[in-house]
Amino acid sequence: MILNYSQPLEITNLTGWLDSALRSSMSEFWVLLIEFVLVGALLLTAYAVIALILIYAERKITAFFQARYGPNRVGKWGLLQSVADMIKILLKEIVKINRSDRFLFFAAPFFMIAASMMTFGAIPFGKGLHAVDFNIGVLYVTAVSSLGIIGVLLAGWSSNNKYSMIGAMRSGAQFVSYELSAGFALMTIVVLAGTMQFSTMIEGQRFCWNIFNGHISSVIAFVIYLISGHAETNRGPFDLPEAESELTAGYHTEYSGLQFGFYYLAEYLNMFIIASIATTVFLGGFLPIQVQGWDAFNGIMSFIPTYVWFFGKTAVLIFLSLWVRWSFPRLRIDQLLNLEWKYLLPINLINIVLMVILVLTGLTLKDIFGIM
Amino acid sequence: MAHQIIFFVLALIITVFSVMAVTSKQIIRSATYLLFVLLATAGLYLLLGYNYLFAVQIAVYAGGVMVLFIFAILLTNKPGESLKTELPVRRIAAAVTAIAGLAFCAHVIYYNIKKVTVLVEQADLTPQQLGHTMMGTDKYQYLMPFETISILLLACIVGAIMIARKR
Repeated sequence: MILNYSQPLEITNLTGWLDSALRSSMSEFWVLLIEFVLVGALLLTAYAVIALILIYAERKITAFFQARYGPNRVGKWGLLQSVADMIKILLKEIVKINRSDRFLFFAAPFFMIAASMMTFGAIPFGKGLHAVDFNIGVLYVTAVSSLGIIGVLLAGWSSNNKYSMIGAMRSGAQFVSYELSAGFALMTIVVLAGTMQFSTMIEGQRFCWNIFNGHISSVIAFVIYLISGHAETNRGPFDLPEAESELTAGYHTEYSGLQFGFYYLAEYLNMFIIASIATTVFLGGFLPIQVQGWDAFNGIMSFIPTYVWFFGKTAVLIFLSLWVRWSFPRLRIDQLLNLEWKYLLPINLINIVLMVILVLTGLTLKDIFGIM
Repeated sequence: MAHQIIFFVLALIITVFSVMAVTSKQIIRSATYLLFVLLATAGLYLLLGYNYLFAVQIAVYAGGVMVLFIFAILLTNKPGESLKTELPVRRIAAAVTAIAGLAFCAHVIYYNIKKVTVLVEQADLTPQQLGHTMMGTDKYQYLMPFETISILLLACIVGAIMIARKR
């Protein structure tokens, strides 16, 4: 096992007990069925709850950056504000648009939410809290997350609205270009880790996170991944698909009620997903900070449960993304595409070659210092 | 049993949406139905245990080809609105071609079905195995075709730039 220290607060104790209790009273088929349904329901719930928390956090942090209070009326410190917003959005009418393609209009939000849900399933939240673990994990994540763009394009088309259409085209161009960079940055780390499976990748980072292991090359890949991940979620300085001053709200202008809620939810969750993939691939995932040979220190660090470590690291990255969002002005579309095709992509290609050289010549930190 | 149920659901999706993709009058809807067919095919690969092919099918077809299709459709002027029904001669010719294609495929599948069961046995291909097969020069390793295809793709890219560049 990865961690040999005592972990009294770990969730695996509970899930292990549940599994053995079910197995003692039922046949294999029913146990699997119940567990699949449970995992699915839990993931959906986590999806919604994390989105609510993120919306509250975003509004508070945004307020902090803009020197105002943010939500502070509903509940203590405005804690129930996003719950109230959720109830409001659930009760809203779903408006039907004249002369729009009804089928595609209703289908489009589901592409968005399904893509982000499938990616969400592949995130390792903690020890034993990992639903989808293929041996091609990284490839699976990049492949499945690319489905979301179809939802955006179809939404723009079926709304029968110029602004939606322009927003969708911009979003498509942006997503397709930045997906390349994000994929290449992840591939750099695949070269370093020698695996695409998230669980083995995390195991390999026990004493030395990938971002330190590959030093120069890893840090470049990390920065590129954060930039392109940020651009993929249509946020921050890259939010021109929904630039409100030019395009009202971009591709989701015509959506209302729960359908708009789907886009809103998917946008927040995509931010979380990018941050958590970055955590898993670069920052050691759910593993606590451990130093080889310092057994007492490692024991104390392992006492903090792995899911706390995961959410802590992810929260830092999310804060970083909000910081960027409120610090830089919006780019123009030509600047955006220039940044990707003229700077990030060439740097990325050179970076992969550099990483291959580092790994082959044994210049990674693990090789130099003989870390496990 | 679960395998059977999932297979039948996927097969139903593939057949229904293939027919709908061909019969739909609006080209963007056809593209969407085709996307459903491709996704269900990816589901079949997953059912067989070929995770890599599953991911590649989704990344290439759903993420790449379909986005290009939809982009191309979005850039056309009122697609599918002035679509006329073809002449009866052409319809008959198309039907004959389709049946001939179906018969050919059925023949190939019927005579290879026994071999397929042998081929499928070694499932759960790891990316490492796949990489060695693609990049090796020994027997049953395919560096040469791999590189040939990449040169072909490079030629395509250069050609596209030649066509699209400013004069």
